[in-house]
Amino acid sequence: MSLLSIQNLCVRFGTLEKPFLAVDGVDLTVTQGELLGIVGESGSGKSVSMMAMMGLLDGQGTVTADQMLFDGKELSSLGPREKRRIIGKDIAMIFQDPMTALNPSYTVGFQIEEVLKVHLGMDRKARRQRAIELMREVEIPDPERRLSAYPHQLSGGMSQRVAIAMAIACEPRLLIADEPTTALDVTIQAQIMDLLLRLQKERGMALMMITHDLAVVSEVAKRVVVMYAGQVAETGRVQDVFFHPAHPYTRALIESIPESCRGSRRLSTLPGIVPGQYDRPSGCLLSPRCPIAQERCVVERPELIRYTSRAVRCHTPLIPLQELKS
Amino acid sequence: MMNQVLSKNVSAALVAQMSYPSPLREFLSSFSNNKGALAGFCFLVLMVLAAVLAPWLAPHDPLMQFRDHMLQPPAWQDGGSMSYLLGTDEAGRDILSRLMHGARLSLVIGFSAVIITLVPGILLGLAAAFFPNTAGRLLMRLADIMMSLPSVLLAIAIMAVLGPGITNAMIAIAVVGLPGYMRIVRASAMSELNKDYVMASRVSGAGVLRLMFIAVLPNCMAPLIVQATLGFSSAILDIAALGFLGLGVQPPAPEWGTMLATARDYITSAWWVVTFPGLTILLTVLAINLVGDGLRDALDPKLKRAA
Repeated sequence: MSLLSIQNLCVRFGTLEKPFLAVDGVDLTVTQGELLGIVGESGSGKSVSMMAMMGLLDGQGTVTADQMLFDGKELSSLGPREKRRIIGKDIAMIFQDPMTALNPSYTVGFQIEEVLKVHLGMDRKARRQRAIELMREVEIPDPERRLSAYPHQLSGGMSQRVAIAMAIACEPRLLIADEPTTALDVTIQAQIMDLLLRLQKERGMALMMITHDLAVVSEVAKRVVVMYAGQVAETGRVQDVFFHPAHPYTRALIESIPESCRGSRRLSTLPGIVPGQYDRPSGCLLSPRCPIAQERCVVERPELIRYTSRAVRCHTPLIPLQELKS
Repeated sequence: MMNQVLSKNVSAALVAQMSYPSPLREFLSSFSNNKGALAGFCFLVLMVLAAVLAPWLAPHDPLMQFRDHMLQPPAWQDGGSMSYLLGTDEAGRDILSRLMHGARLSLVIGFSAVIITLVPGILLGLAAAFFPNTAGRLLMRLADIMMSLPSVLLAIAIMAVLGPGITNAMIAIAVVGLPGYMRIVRASAMSELNKDYVMASRVSGAGVLRLMFIAVLPNCMAPLIVQATLGFSSAILDIAALGFLGLGVQPPAPEWGTMLATARDYITSAWWVVTFPGLTILLTVLAINLVGDGLRDALDPKLKRAA
C-alpha cells in the first residue's frame, strides 16, 4: 500500500492561451518508510511538483492531476481546513535555505512550540518539554538555553537542525526535504544528512529527498526519480538507474559529477539549459542537448515506457530494451 | 592551581557566550550609539514632560490676557520681566505658558493621527500584499490617486467637508498619511512573503490570518516604526499648517500653528511672538526626525551591518 500516489500531475503557469507546463504529467508513488530521491537540474520541476502536491501554489499556477492520494485520501478534494490538518502534521517539509526558513521575529522555542500547540493541542508545560526533547533529538547542544535564541543568533547548520525539529515535531508520515543541504558547508552537509537518515530509520517515516547531489542519492535512496523539464525522464531502483542509466540525460548527469571525470583534463558537461516557456522543443524535450539525438527525437515526443522495475522516456535507450523487459 | 583558575575563567566565558543578548538590549546599545538620536530623544522627553505637567509648571493661564503687559518682550530684553519669560503676545497672554499648553495639543493630535492611520494602514497594506490581484490592485491605485494630490490641499478639502475642529483635523491628517503606510506595509510584507519561513508556516497548516498577523506582520515592524515616527513629525507640521490656515484648532486655543497665524502681523514689530512658536515647531520636528533616523539604524539589520 503506497503512502502517496500521484498520477499525471500537471502544473501550468502563465495565461490560459499560452500556458507554460512547469510540471508535465508526473507520476510518483512513495511507500511507507521509503527513501525516494528526486534529482534533476534547476528548473526541472522538482520543487514545483512538491508544492503543487501540498496545495501551496494557489493563485500562481493551475494544478491538475488524475489522482493525488495520500494515505487513501484524495488531496485535491479536501477542504482547506482538512487539508491544513494533514499538511504539517502528516506531511512536513524542510527547505533549502535555513537562514530564511525560520521566522526572524520569534525565538526558536516559540516556533517549535507553535506547531505542537496547533496540531497536537499540548499544554504549555508539555510543549516546552517536547520542544527540548525534539532539539535534543536533532542533536542541538544545550537545548534548554537555545530555546530562547533568535534565528539570527544561530549558525546555518543549527538553524537547519531547528527547521528539522519543527518538521518532525508532529511525527509526520512523509517528510519532504527540498535540497536540505545545498546552503550548508560540506562538513555540516554530512551531519545533516546523517541526522535525516537516522530520523527516517528510527521513525519509519517516508522521506522524499529533492537534491542536486547525485552522490548522496546513490548512497542513501532506494528508488530515484530523474526529472527533466517538468517530466520524469527515468525512474527506478538506484542501482539500476545510476549504474546502468538508460536515459541519456541520466548519464549526462552522472558524468557531470566532478569525481567521474577523474583522469581527464576537462570536466564533462551537458551543454545548454533546461528549455523554458518559449524554447520548448516539439519533439523530445532533451533533443537540442542530447548527444545521441536522432531525427525521430526532434519530431516525436517520447512517452514514458514502463519496464519491470523502471521507466524510461527515450526513443533510443542506452541499454537494450530486451534487457529491461521481462 | 593556575589551571583551575584558568578553566574556571574559560567556563565562565563560555557561559557568558551562551546567554544571548536580549533584543531590547541590542536595540538600546545601537540606539544609544547614535548621538543625534539620543539628543532628539532627550528633547522629546523634555517636551512630553512640559506638556504633561503644563497645568502645574506653566507660570500663567494660557488664555489669561494681561492687558497692561501687551507685546512685552522676553525677559532678557529691555522692558521684559521675569514673570513673562518669553514675553507676551498681542493680547497680553504669556507665550511660554501658551507654548507648554500648545505642546499638549500638538503631541496628542500628532500621536492620535498616527494611531488612527496606523491601524487601517496595516490592515489594508497586508490585504494588498496577500491578495495582489484583487485587493492589491484596487488599493494601490487608490493610494496612487491620493498621493498625486498635494497633502495639505487634500487635508484642506477634507476639513472643508468635515468642518474645522480638533477631531476633524486629526481625521484629515490621518487620511492624508494613509497611502504612505499602506505602501510601506505592502512592500515589506511582499518581500517577506517570498521567504521560506512563510512557506514553512503554510506547510505546517497556518491559515491566512495567522500568516498575516503572526508570521509576516512582526517582520514588517521595523520600517513601520520608523515611518510612524516620521509620520508623527509630519502630523505635527500638518496640524500647524491647518492651524495657520485657520482650519485646525480654533483660537484662542494655544496651538502652535494658530499662534503663528495670529502673530503674523507682528513679524516686524515684535519678533518674539512669531519666533518662539516657529522655533518650537522646528525643534520638535527635528528631534522626532532624529529619533526616527536612530530607530531606523537600530531596527534595520541591513543598515546596522553597513554602519
